[in-house]
Amino acid sequence: MTKLLQLFGMPDVASAHGAGLDDLIGYVHLLMLLLFVGWFAYFLVAITKFRKSANAKADYLGVKGHMNSYLELGLAIVEAVLLIGFAIPLWARAVDRLPTAAENPVEIQVMAMQFSWNAHFAGPDGKWGLQDTRFASSGNPFGVDPKNAEGKDDVATVSNEEFLLPINRPVIAKLSSMDVIHCFKLLEMRVTQDCVPGLSIPVHFTPTKLGKYSIMCAQLCGNGHSKMRGYYRVVAKDEFDKWYAEKSKAGAGTSFE
Amino acid sequence: MAQTTTSKSGAHGAHAAHEAHHDHHELGYLSKYIFSSDHKMIGIQYGVTALFFLLFGFFLVGCMRWQLAYPGRAIPVVGGLLETLLGKDMAAGGVMQGDLYNAFGAMHGTIMVFLAIVPLAFGAFGNFVTPLQIGAPDMAFPRLNMASYHFYFFGGIVMFASFFIPGGAARSGWTSYSPLATTAQFGQAFNGQTAWLIGMVLLINSSLLGAVNFITTIIQLRTKGMSWMRMPFFVWAQFVTAFLLLLAFPPLEAAGVLQLMDNVFHTSFFLPTGLVVDGAQLPVSGGGSPLLWQHLFWFLGHPEVYVLILPAMGIVSEVIANSTRKPLWGYRPMVYSVITVGFLSFIVWAHHMYLTGMGTKISTFFQTTTMMISIPSVIILTALFISLWGGSIRFNTASLFALAFLPMFGIGGLTGLPLGFNASDIFLHDSYYVIGHFHYVVAPGTIFGLLAGIYFWYPKATGRFLNETLGKIHFWGSLVCMNLVFAPMFIQGFKGMSRRMYDGGATYFAETDPTALKLNIYITHSAIALGVFQLPFIWNFFASLFVGRKVTNDNPWDATTLDWATPTPPPHGNFTHQPVVYRGPYEYSVPGAAKDFSPQNQPS
Repeated sequence: MTKLLQLFGMPDVASAHGAGLDDLIGYVHLLMLLLFVGWFAYFLVAITKFRKSANAKADYLGVKGHMNSYLELGLAIVEAVLLIGFAIPLWARAVDRLPTAAENPVEIQVMAMQFSWNAHFAGPDGKWGLQDTRFASSGNPFGVDPKNAEGKDDVATVSNEEFLLPINRPVIAKLSSMDVIHCFKLLEMRVTQDCVPGLSIPVHFTPTKLGKYSIMCAQLCGNGHSKMRGYYRVVAKDEFDKWYAEKSKAGAGTSFE
Repeated sequence: MAQTTTSKSGAHGAHAAHEAHHDHHELGYLSKYIFSSDHKMIGIQYGVTALFFLLFGFFLVGCMRWQLAYPGRAIPVVGGLLETLLGKDMAAGGVMQGDLYNAFGAMHGTIMVFLAIVPLAFGAFGNFVTPLQIGAPDMAFPRLNMASYHFYFFGGIVMFASFFIPGGAARSGWTSYSPLATTAQFGQAFNGQTAWLIGMVLLINSSLLGAVNFITTIIQLRTKGMSWMRMPFFVWAQFVTAFLLLLAFPPLEAAGVLQLMDNVFHTSFFLPTGLVVDGAQLPVSGGGSPLLWQHLFWFLGHPEVYVLILPAMGIVSEVIANSTRKPLWGYRPMVYSVITVGFLSFIVWAHHMYLTGMGTKISTFFQTTTMMISIPSVIILTALFISLWGGSIRFNTASLFALAFLPMFGIGGLTGLPLGFNASDIFLHDSYYVIGHFHYVVAPGTIFGLLAGIYFWYPKATGRFLNETLGKIHFWGSLVCMNLVFAPMFIQGFKGMSRRMYDGGATYFAETDPTALKLNIYITHSAIALGVFQLPFIWNFFASLFVGRKVTNDNPWDATTLDWATPTPPPHGNFTHQPVVYRGPYEYSVPGAAKDFSPQNQPS
């Protein structure tokens, strides 16, 4: 289905769950097309056949029978199938079912701010530094306590700096915002989720294609909204591990101070 | 019914005396045109003001479209004027700046919804036509009606003036999401957002006064024999619309006051703890919820969609029955459907919020109700389609607009489906697909319905017809251009182009997919052409007052409803004597009848 939608400009899908969402978009559009073509063909026939010059006297009763009731019932059934068979389970998988520890997910915090994306990894010790909003500032968007030992090895990319993600490993991104509502949109991953200040909202996805991708802000956030573009790269495990180790060393003495 | 009838003949009697009184004292200019309490004059006031705002809203988006097509290039013709009026921060060198883009965007939405479409659909057509169609001498509360228009007018003035206050108009989207609405111009107590909120409170008061008036009028002032199931579908649509306004607007009014407190007195109803803006902690206590605003806003926002569409469906129904010369097919199912739509519209609002962090259970509830509401909407549309079968269709301008409404609204409705399912909404959310969807609903949908109504009732209101040739130029030009403007937006949506992008998406698409940006240029040119095709209408609307062909009888379209049983234009008090209703609203081409229309008030 993705291939078909790509004819209409849809970007390639690069995540494990994306194809399922594309299928639903495709099926819904087939239903829409069917209905519209049906309505429109009928409409053209009706306005031609029953124009005044072709049909001088109107028929008081018009259409008899219950064809339309069956069609409406049919539509209700198709909608129910799309809803129960696709939308609800897809949402449950794509949104609710977070990867378990056994699946070894990469966990990141994403902090949106006017007008940049910032990402935060726990570092080799697997523990986030102590965080508090009173430490938060533009240079320390995650509010990490500069004196906290566990924060020393944390990896952070700030101000739209590119970060890396390993291929074929689940990612959990906990989204928040420092100032206003932003929206974390990864077109190729088929991920969209608002970043709401005061809340930490997890999204998850598993990248399946190597490449350099963008983070788009999809919620009006001020006069720099259109320029709020972040970057991430999906890379092989080795490259990710190397980057992670280097970033952690680089971050150890400098970040959050 | 019996009770109302007695009281009504009393009202008519008193009214006759009132009429006689008028013969001696002609109303002065002020009381006739400005402080009128006559529903028809108020309807016309609403209509003319709303058409002005419709044009103004179109002008705003015209400037925005220029910026989208040619980012950073000075706006032709008006660029210099914008710089002079609004300052360098907004339009340096005639080039639209980010803040101006956001201000125009927010105000385009606000003006089109609250100052143009709703006042035209509900204020103008509702006021002018409803009392006539139910055989009433006026609205139940004429002075309340006058107050309703005045609140609307002052709301409009506040919104319009807000462009010129320091810092400019509101710039946080027509949805005014907190915290942006509060932080965008933090520290400036009277800013565009403050004006927006004050304007909204005035507009909401206007709508509430109108709503109680419509409900009372339709329940109490139906003339003898006008039972519920003899009411024209238009009246049903207005009746349901009035309930939507009455019940959905108060939460937004309350929310508006709370946001006003956040902005002016630095409370934190919608502001969470720990906001850091421009690198500094925001000096507010925090503890509020930004999502609370969204719930309160969309609790109005979704019923508002039906406030926009139902009156247009009502108009289209009237025009289609008249121009096909046959009864509406499935009048009763249509009435039940419109009532069902009204109820359901109150429990779908959070489908605008799927991506605010909603779990499976809640989103399942809202997408189920969303799919449910599509069924009665489809029933109404299908009934209108089926009504064409067996007709003897006249193609005048009014009927062309009404007929085009059907497939165009069909596109608008259908493209709501992939947005209504949460899983397919993930990709399409906040993209141009959404813009295409709701503009198909409102522009070639609702606006076409409203234009059909203008061409249809203009002869009753003025005693002259609009010019048909100009009307047909207006129609075909608008139909083609509307589609050229809005159809490419679905493709842009598929490409992932996000809405509200000041540079038209150049940041994302310039290297990867330049065709997405090319479409921006085509759309803008089509929008300019669409504007050009409104000129014949504007000319027609005013010139026909003086040179239009005069109507030769009170019922020029051979219609059946009571609005055509009045003198032309209807005098103060509407009817020369109280009409009595003998039959349903659409008795066209009754077998055995002498003519192809049997008016409701014609004794059998």
